[in-house]
Amino acid sequence: MGRYLLRRVLIMVPTLFAISIATFIIIQLPPGDYVTTLIAQYSAQGDQLDGPQIEALKNRYGVGDPMIVQYWKWISAILFHLDFGESFAWQKPVSSLLADRLPLTIALSIITLLFIWAVSFPIGIYSALRQYSAGDYVFTMIGFIGLATPNFLIALVLMYLGMQYFGTGAGGLFSPEWKDASWNIGKLLDLLGHIWVPLVVWGTAGTAGMIRILRANLLDEIRKPYVTAARARGVSETKLTVKYPLRVALNPFFSTIGWVLASLISADAIVSKVLNLPTMGPLLLDALRSQDMYLAGSIVLISATLTVIGTLISDLLLGWLDPRVRLGAR
Amino acid sequence: MTTIAEPHGAGEPDAPTPPDAPAVPEHGHHSDDAVAVASQWQLTWWSFRKHKLAMIGAVVTLALYLTVIFAGFLAPYAKSFYSPEHTYAPPQQLHVLDDGRFGLYVHPQTAEQDPSTLQLTWTVDESARTDVGLFVKGDEYRMLGFLTLDRHLIGPVDPEGDPVFLLGADKNGHDILSRIIHGSVVSMTIGLVGVAISLVIAIVLGGLSGLLGGLTDTIIQRVIEFLMSLPAIPLWMALAAAVPPTWDPLERYFAIILILSLIGWTGLAREVRGKFMSVREEEYITAATVDGAGRGRLIFGHMLPQFTSHIIAGLSLSIPSMILAETSLSWLGLGLQAPVVSWGVLLQEAQNIRVITTAPWIMIPGLAVVVAVLALNFFGDGLRDAADPYKN
Repeated sequence: MGRYLLRRVLIMVPTLFAISIATFIIIQLPPGDYVTTLIAQYSAQGDQLDGPQIEALKNRYGVGDPMIVQYWKWISAILFHLDFGESFAWQKPVSSLLADRLPLTIALSIITLLFIWAVSFPIGIYSALRQYSAGDYVFTMIGFIGLATPNFLIALVLMYLGMQYFGTGAGGLFSPEWKDASWNIGKLLDLLGHIWVPLVVWGTAGTAGMIRILRANLLDEIRKPYVTAARARGVSETKLTVKYPLRVALNPFFSTIGWVLASLISADAIVSKVLNLPTMGPLLLDALRSQDMYLAGSIVLISATLTVIGTLISDLLLGWLDPRVRLGAR
Repeated sequence: MTTIAEPHGAGEPDAPTPPDAPAVPEHGHHSDDAVAVASQWQLTWWSFRKHKLAMIGAVVTLALYLTVIFAGFLAPYAKSFYSPEHTYAPPQQLHVLDDGRFGLYVHPQTAEQDPSTLQLTWTVDESARTDVGLFVKGDEYRMLGFLTLDRHLIGPVDPEGDPVFLLGADKNGHDILSRIIHGSVVSMTIGLVGVAISLVIAIVLGGLSGLLGGLTDTIIQRVIEFLMSLPAIPLWMALAAAVPPTWDPLERYFAIILILSLIGWTGLAREVRGKFMSVREEEYITAATVDGAGRGRLIFGHMLPQFTSHIIAGLSLSIPSMILAETSLSWLGLGLQAPVVSWGVLLQEAQNIRVITTAPWIMIPGLAVVVAVLALNFFGDGLRDAADPYKN
């Protein structure tokens, strides 16, 4: 297991390096350099930057230096000082902007992942054990529609229905009266009343995919000869499904943590915009619209890194759960 | 693929069916003789036909692409048509019976504006009627690039009179039905063109990876894993935001396609690689090599035809994700922009809950997206199951 872990962590290094290069290219894509944009921004507001300030900024971002030097200045500031640069639209360090939103994004992603598991686990088992029953068809159909509908449309339709029939407010995680309140039972209840919409919207596509995978795996497994042999020896039906085939069919729950997390973080931009959530997504959208490239690039970099970490966690869990994985990787 | 040794010709896609092939019953079991001489495509078709959902998917997909070709004729209005006094006009009910006889008409509607809230209230005038006809004269359009016509499948009989909005109107008084039909051209082709680009990359890189193996394979696989590990939407957003705003709509259209296919080729390349690797070991390939067939002939004459149907299935499964991606990007305002009409651009109007409560029908283009994606998915799924007719 130790060797597997080491191997797996070492593979991450080139991947992260490639991600940082891709992000750097994205930051450099818009024409013009950061300092010129900043000077233009200041003069538009009637302020002036003096010579030494401009010099310091140019030095900080390596304007005029070769690309490699610029890249090094950018990545070393992130690695050694957690300094992601400055957002010119907000006139604040990127790191302080993200400090508020990153934890919420991660927390929501993990809660959604748990929601996906909690829903798809019983439905997947039911669909496999009662294959071609009415319930199986209904869930399969809902799943297909969930996969085929753009996330933002699900969000809009749910909000519309909520407004028409339940009189709930439009998006957000808190009602206005609780928004600035300190944490107490009331605020927690208010949060629980709001959080189900993002969970459903965010989790639909993932849940649909997970149900299909679990159903297919379990179907494969319960038809294997060892199950028939066990049945012939009089093992109870519950044991025949829960104890053996289900354990094997559980693999996708762990092997897909990586891509489910990736797709959750990826969908964040769209879902949060509709539902008005204070996560990283809307920040990225605004940053891209105003070409606030250090902010946008940092969000892309962090999202990609989170995805890589998610994949690592899922590989490690899978290696721990399934000896075939860690032995095969030698 | 674990095939029992097949007669050599059976793998050829275009092996003609012998004219004296035994008659095949419409449904049910094909006789062993018929199966023995059937070409691969025929077997695929027989197995595909049994899959009901896939057949429905295929028919709907075909209908959608026919809509693309005949968009100008099917849509009641041109895409630039608008009626300023019909802002957010609700869908009109089409009456089919006129005093017990066939006759199409709708009731005209008029809006009244609340002077304080500026809210429009639409009332249907039950006493008056606007006649609707089939094959009526309307706006001119070009079909197939050279035919200039002015007949429309359905529309108001009097083009100068009250307009007809069967699915309602949007903020500018555009007819939503017409715009959905015109939008299909961009939305349905963006998937096709994108997939075509992905296909070329996938076959070249996946093929190299599967055929050569070794270091080439490792490098290409690492690149694919890297691209797959990136969160797609933020990356698409970043790249789309970098497309210069000065580009004209056509350039933008191709830039967006290119961005989508840059990430979209990876899954397909893996499939191609896997197929090449398994087919490489087949006995008939060894036989052909011993027989002195050159590399080009091996690849294009013997290997590719063996899994063309798999590639087609993979393609039809990639189109829906491109349609979804275009819709999301355009909705965010980073993809295609008006005056181009696509389903995503139409959905840009549905930005917030306030608009939707006033005019829920502006979400109807979303229904077109769902139908198209579902149809292509069912079609692709069925094709994938049928792609390997020698399995049983």
